[in-house]
Formats: sequence, structure tokens, C-alpha cells
Amino acid sequence: MQDGSSSGLALAPPTLNPWRGGGNLLFLLENLVLKDFRIRYRNMSLGMLWSIANPLVMMGVLTFVFTRIYPNPAIPHFAVFVLCGLVPFNFYSLALNAGTTSLLDNQSLVKRVRCPRRIFPIAAVLANCLHFLIQIALLLAIAFMFGYRVNRFWPWLGLIWGLEILFMCGLALITAALDVYYRDVRYLVEASNVVMFWMVPIFYSLEMVPERLRLFYLLNPIAAVVVAGRQVLLHSRAPDPMVLFAMTIVSLGCLGLGFTVFGRLERNLADNL
Amino acid sequence: MNPNAALPSAAAHDRGAPAATQARAAPVPAPVLRFDKVSKTYAHGASRTLLRRGLMAWLTGTRSDVFYALRNVSFELSPATSLAVVGANGAGKSTLLRCATGISTPDAGRVQVRGTIAALMELGAGFHPDLTGAENVMLNASLLGLTRQQTYAQFDRIVEFSGLAKFIDEPLRTYSSGMVLRLAFSVAVRVDPDILVIDEVLAVGDTEFQEKCIAEIIGLKQSGKTLIFVAHQLALLRQLCEQALWLEHGELKMFGPSAEVIDAYEAAPPPASL
Repeated sequence: MQDGSSSGLALAPPTLNPWRGGGNLLFLLENLVLKDFRIRYRNMSLGMLWSIANPLVMMGVLTFVFTRIYPNPAIPHFAVFVLCGLVPFNFYSLALNAGTTSLLDNQSLVKRVRCPRRIFPIAAVLANCLHFLIQIALLLAIAFMFGYRVNRFWPWLGLIWGLEILFMCGLALITAALDVYYRDVRYLVEASNVVMFWMVPIFYSLEMVPERLRLFYLLNPIAAVVVAGRQVLLHSRAPDPMVLFAMTIVSLGCLGLGFTVFGRLERNLADNL
Repeated sequence: MNPNAALPSAAAHDRGAPAATQARAAPVPAPVLRFDKVSKTYAHGASRTLLRRGLMAWLTGTRSDVFYALRNVSFELSPATSLAVVGANGAGKSTLLRCATGISTPDAGRVQVRGTIAALMELGAGFHPDLTGAENVMLNASLLGLTRQQTYAQFDRIVEFSGLAKFIDEPLRTYSSGMVLRLAFSVAVRVDPDILVIDEVLAVGDTEFQEKCIAEIIGLKQSGKTLIFVAHQLALLRQLCEQALWLEHGELKMFGPSAEVIDAYEAAPPPASL
């Protein structure tokens, strides 16, 4: 037939994905993440120390306020307790800010290069995982200093922090796509970070929250990460199954929603940049 | 069972008949790129990137004025032909290329391609000044769709073609603008699509490098690639392309052999401003 004349391929609408398999996509993702690292750390003389300084200062300040001004005698080792909350929260706020602006930050690429656009928010979130890892190392080191030891429940930490990364990818996909259409979204995100700081049990424990409100806390994966992390690190026990269950459902749901929303809005991204 | 079995063969017969008559009448090869009544509109003035404006438009039900970047454009491109796209600034050339590559989607009509299509638009768009030449080569190759194996295999060839081996580990901000473009072009020609879109990139580097680029492009042409050019060097387009397409205010003014179209384009008075 005449259609088979040149290459045997059929006429089809052009797609943004000229790749045959997923391998190239991983190569692209790796390069975008590396680009972020290199740019960020090549221009800082103190480099990664900044990732440590911020949570340490916050830990010091919060510990001062909540042991000297508002004493919390029920919570031993308040510094470690606070740091357990600060580390997941810091990742949340940094990854969400970077993810939200990722399409505009990379607009020269979005407008001119053919590649699946969902790679940009995901790369922004993954690039922030380096900070997250450094801060996790800091958290574990400080916990060790206060006498907490490795226990057999530590593998759970990998799962809960991994779920947080998936949750952040989903959330960043949504906010990044919306930010292209409405630039106000980044300010909403910044404002929501402030709200989140108070609504995640960073300097208080879930037990202090009135019982009927606790369910709302557990539906927030960041709060759930903090709660589950403390159960493992500070109480040497497996995370509460309810907490894990809620967190898994919400995180995976958010990831799915992120891909769906992004897929809907992807079509006209280049025209709105 | 019986009626079901009869259907496919009937369909195959229907498809077979016109193909046979067409083959007898004129051996027209199947197109590699087809635009079918393609239109693309943009909202007038600022796009609705403000929440307030979007809310107002949604609440009041008003639709902002639109203007046509492309209006009802139809054409077909045969395999292994090169197409020049000419027209004044703002005539819709870039929009046409974006629709062809899938970066933008048309509001009406249909774009179809056969095989893979890649675009060299604004060379070095993915380059970052703080990364070294080598790091930029890797990033850019991955953005253009090369696999890890392809990139590693081609890396030395890319560096050699650029002639920048001595500077490849220096940050890009130490390069001159000509050097950046050389590096970008060297990566871009290593992508191996069936259709290659080349937007305003022929004015690259010094004369010697330009000749190298043109030789490379002629090589691609001879290997049976379909090339689509946008450039303002009409003499070069006349030499490189068999077909030309003239856009004015988003409408297809003329499409045909490049010599005729470019002659007419040169003879025409500049279009009234928008």
C-alpha cells in the first residue's frame, strides 16, 4: 500500500514525547537534577553547610521558646523532638516553592524544547532531596548525641520519607501547572507554607491536639510523616498503622491527581509562558 | 460470526481501490507532514495570567478578543524535500513550527507527522552559563531526546565538530557568544530525526563554521531527511530548499517551488502592520 512507502509509519499528531522508552526520560531527569545541584553549590563558598545551618538555628530558637518561655516538661529532649518536625517540614516548603516556579524558571526550555513538561516539577522536587538527605543525616546525628540508638524499626523511616517525596511530586505538578496560568499561585503557596508551619505538629505533639481534630492532622501527609518519624526515632516502635495507612492513601492519591491535573493543563502551557 | 468476518475484508478492499487508482494516475509519495486547515489563536493583549482577570472573565462570561497567529493553513510536505518558511516578523512562522513539532497544539484543524520530528529552535536555549561546556553538552543532548548510550557514543564527535576541545571543561560564561552557538549546533546536528526543523540558526559563528554547518545540513538532506527552515537569508533558502511557504498575517499566501515563492515574496511590498 502507498502508506508503507517510506518508513511504514503512519501519519499521527506530533507528541511531546519523542522518546521510545523510559530510559531517555531517566537520563533527562538525571541531567536536570544534576544541573540544579551544580548551579546551586558552585556559587556558594559554604555549599552544603547552609542546608545544616537553617534547621539548626530553627531548632535552637524553638527549643529556647518552648522550654524556657513556654515550658514543656512532658517532652524530653525537646531539641530532637523539634528537629523531627523541622526536617520533613523544610523539605515540604523548599520542594513546593521550587516545584511551583519550575516551569517558569525553565521557560526557555518549555517553549522551545520538545520534552514531557512534567519532568520539570519532578526534577525540582528531586533536586531538593539532597537538602533533605543532608538534614536527615543531621537529625540522625543529633538524635544519636541525645542518646537515641539505631533500632529495628528504622527501615520504616525510609518508607515514610519516600512517601513524602511522592506526595511532594504530586503537589508540585499541580501548583506548577496552575502557576503558569495564574502567577498568583506562587504567593498562595508561600502563604500556605506559613499556615503549614503551625498546622504540622513541629513544636507540639499530636497528643496535645484535641482528639476529634486528630483525624484532620493525619490526612495531612507532612503531619503524618512527623508523627510516624517520632514514633520510630524517639519511641523505638513501629509507626501507627492508621497513620501509615492514611499517609499512603493521601500521598499516592496526590501523585495520581498531580499527573491527571498536569495532563489536562499541559496542552497550552507553552502558549501561556 | 459471519457478518463480523465480512467487515474487515470489505474495509480492506475499500482502502485498496483508491490507492491503486492514485498510483496509476501519479506516483505521489505519502506526505511526511500535513497541515489540515490549522488555526491557532491567542488572546489579545496580556494573557490571562492574573487570577483576578481570569475570575472576572469567568464571572462575567466575557471572552477576550483573539487574534489569529495562524488561520486556516493547509499544506503537505513530501519526504526528502526541504521547505523554506518565509514571511515578515509576526507572520506566524514560529507558531507554524511550534505546531509542527507539537510544542503548541492548534485550536482548530489537524497537524500530522510521519516519523520523528525534532527542532533546532534558538540554539543553546537549554544552556546554563555556570555549567561547563561538557556538562551543557550532556544536558542539551538529553533535552533533545538522545539516550545515555547515544550521548556517550557521540560525545567526542560533538566536541570535535565544535572545535572547542580545549575549553570544554570551562564554564560556559567564559565562552564568546560565537563559541556557545558552535557548541549548541554541534549537539543539535547529532539528533537523528526524520524531520528536522531549523529556526533562524544558520547565522552561526564565523564564515568557516557557517560553511561547516551548511555542509552538515546538505549531508542531512542527502541522507533523505526532510528539513524545514525559517531564515531571512533568502539566497541560501533558494539554494537549500525545493519548496517554500509564504505566510502573511497568519494566512498561507503562497506555497510551491521555492524559486517562485521567494521571487514573489521579494517582489511584494511589505505587508501592512497589524
